[in-house]
Amino acid sequence: MTDPATPGPAGIADVRPAGSDSDVAGLGRGKASAFVTPALLLIAAFLVFPALWLLWIGLTDLTVSGRTSVDVSFVGLDNYANALDDPLFRNSLWITLLFVFGSAVIGQNFLGFTLAWSLRDAARWLRAVVESLVLLAWILPSSVVAVLWIAMLDRDAGTINQLLDNPGYAWMIRHPLAVIIVFNIWRGTAFSMLLYSAALSTVPPSHLETARLAGASGPQTLRDVVFPHVRAHVLTNTLLISLWTFNDFTPYLLTRGEPNHGSETLPIFLYRQGIDDGALGYGAAASVLMLLINLVLALFYLRLLRRRPK
Amino acid sequence: MNPRQIVARIGFYTFIAVLTGFFVLPMLWLASAPFDSNPGYAPRVPEKPTLQHFSALFENDLTMGSLWNSVVMSFSCMVLVVASAALAAYALSRVRIPGRDALLYLLLLLSSVVTGTAAMVPIFLMVWKLGLLDRQLGVVLVLSGGLLPAAIFILKDFMDAVPKSYEESARVFGAGPLRILREIVVPVARPGLATIAVWTVVNVWGTYLVPFLLLRDQEKQPAAVVVRTFYDEGGGALLGPISAFSLLYSIPVVLMYLFVNRRYGFRFHGGIKS
Repeated sequence: MTDPATPGPAGIADVRPAGSDSDVAGLGRGKASAFVTPALLLIAAFLVFPALWLLWIGLTDLTVSGRTSVDVSFVGLDNYANALDDPLFRNSLWITLLFVFGSAVIGQNFLGFTLAWSLRDAARWLRAVVESLVLLAWILPSSVVAVLWIAMLDRDAGTINQLLDNPGYAWMIRHPLAVIIVFNIWRGTAFSMLLYSAALSTVPPSHLETARLAGASGPQTLRDVVFPHVRAHVLTNTLLISLWTFNDFTPYLLTRGEPNHGSETLPIFLYRQGIDDGALGYGAAASVLMLLINLVLALFYLRLLRRRPK
Repeated sequence: MNPRQIVARIGFYTFIAVLTGFFVLPMLWLASAPFDSNPGYAPRVPEKPTLQHFSALFENDLTMGSLWNSVVMSFSCMVLVVASAALAAYALSRVRIPGRDALLYLLLLLSSVVTGTAAMVPIFLMVWKLGLLDRQLGVVLVLSGGLLPAAIFILKDFMDAVPKSYEESARVFGAGPLRILREIVVPVARPGLATIAVWTVVNVWGTYLVPFLLLRDQEKQPAAVVVRTFYDEGGGALLGPISAFSLLYSIPVVLMYLFVNRRYGFRFHGGIKS
């Protein structure tokens, strides 16, 4: 997904001459449709169909094995009622809310903005070093970063306990939710940092200079000069990182949702119920709720994109 | 400098140092353990640097096979996504198919809503019913379907930017649409195609959930999944191989990132990863 705040391909598109869709290559509707077909077929089969099927499975008692794997019956909204009644489901919703709010809305947003703001006129090498490290945390594969964090937090010989001289302290068992929140801040701040550095470069230097001459303090400058320029980006960024964090399966690789469901976010709950336990119908009903939340976030995001001033 | 500025400076550098420490701390182990003959969980400068873990990996069929599986699946997805997205984006850019803008909007919405995580139950079920469970083709199709909408969306912008006059001249000389696409549009839109290609490879290379769900046979699993099973079975004793394998598996992603960054400016595609 392209980042709307930076002058990417979308920026190029804005300067194109009007009427780019005149059919210069002589495709005609027939050939054009043929060109579009392979992509649409793939999307229909592996994206649209699963989503629609999900709605149906959620209304049945389908399981992977046992009697109900063959003899499926329609149970209506029972799965939904059960989910809303299930303490484990409600627990995972709550955990997910804390996880998304703590790590994305607050954590990545603030840290990303702070990094972008404080590095904006730092020495070139310093900026390059810090940015590369933050980016590296973002681009390494998720199974690798999970291994790294497991090593770092190991109760007996991990780096953290050695630094704190605190052997035997099991971070993942004592503070599972805090661990995945801090982990996700570490993992995902790069995006916010990139987006905010691009946004900050649109603040006219003369405005900052005027604020400085008028004797404005740092926080005042941020509030009155910088914030009005980046407000739209804050919203875009928050929606995107919330959507990604909400759909992130990586915490499973760290804590597996343990102990005692203490870090079981909604994706992990789905996996446990739908795949591990094979309760496909019940898992599907929970998935529908997840899709609905995704839909709300994505609709807000796309609305913002459309309203973007040209 | 007055005292206040000096304090501010010190504060700034302390702050940056703490942040750098936060980001670098987990990575130190990846830099040290693969070269340590007997690594622990804490990073340290290896007393006797060694490459023994790497040579052991090269002889291990499971790890080498899983890296090869990652290559095969990334490459297949890349071909599938780039080819079908380029065709679709070109047609959508040049011909006003009724409802085109609504279609693009809907596709983009769909790909952000129907993520592999949210749709894992129906995806698993569908691949199972199609008899594609435990086959890499299933993973390739599912991942490509998920990546295509964003790929078409980004590529359409690149296609829109291709000057029409080139195509007009080619057409005057009697070139057909496929030939125009191959010989004019593709070379001109190459930065866009390369971006999508790298973006696809990076995504597939790192993805964990879909292959984890759909491939049970270890010999077919990509490195993303095998690196984990390696960990669970081995416990502490296998730290050397795990770290060496993690490093080996990460290098291509970092190289591709550097490549894109140098050639096309990564910054311009802030969201290239997702």
